[in-house]
Amino acid sequence: MALYEHVVVTRPDISPQQVDALVEDITRIVTDGGGKVGKSEYWGLRNLAYPIRKSRKAHYSLLNIDAPGPVIHEIERRHRINEDVLRYLTVRVEALSEDPSPVIARKDRDERKRERDEFGGFGGFGGGYTGGGFRDRTERPAREERGDRPPRPPRER
Amino acid sequence: MAQQKINIANLPSRRPFGRRRKVCPFSGADAPALDFKDVKLLQRYISEKGKIVPARITAVSAKKQRLLSQAIKRARHLALLPYLVK
Repeated sequence: MALYEHVVVTRPDISPQQVDALVEDITRIVTDGGGKVGKSEYWGLRNLAYPIRKSRKAHYSLLNIDAPGPVIHEIERRHRINEDVLRYLTVRVEALSEDPSPVIARKDRDERKRERDEFGGFGGFGGGYTGGGFRDRTERPAREERGDRPPRPPRER
Repeated sequence: MAQQKINIANLPSRRPFGRRRKVCPFSGADAPALDFKDVKLLQRYISEKGKIVPARITAVSAKKQRLLSQAIKRARHLALLPYLVK
């Protein structure tokens, strides 16, 4: 059997219980088809990067599925019929990770950064930029309070 | 963030003011995996307009750039990333 990561994006006006019900439906289809569901995550009501069907927010759910192909076809067929599903994505992967996905891992930090994120982030030029730069700067005292800079290291040739 | 561990090769350049050649941030032992769910990571490789930044600017290797653009496109489909920022 093949391994899949499956993300479902559902309308914001349904309750989290309905999202759970949808996830349970998917789980049942998978187990009936002889597969199994590994990790399943609920990312919560997130802001969309652009409106979909006039919604600005949506519920995100992630399921790690180990099932044969026809099961995936059946799930996707149902998603196309279900009006509550705005988007879905199934990606075949070599290995499923059991750790929480980056979305969950950074959730509390996202709450604070959301304002900035809505503007599409910073133009991400160059690999040299590290995300912590902004935070470091605010925590640092002003130049005068820190005294003079240490002498420069010798120039490399 | 995992990206902070990226070691930009500090090889001394021949010219005193020459720009150092950066190393691909996704190649190497502790490089982050390219995943459409990692929005924070992907965000650094899109421009202010929402376009994918060319590899010649970000120094991502050709192989990783293909995976990167695929991941960004998947994230866009799920509205995790914008198609364009006005």
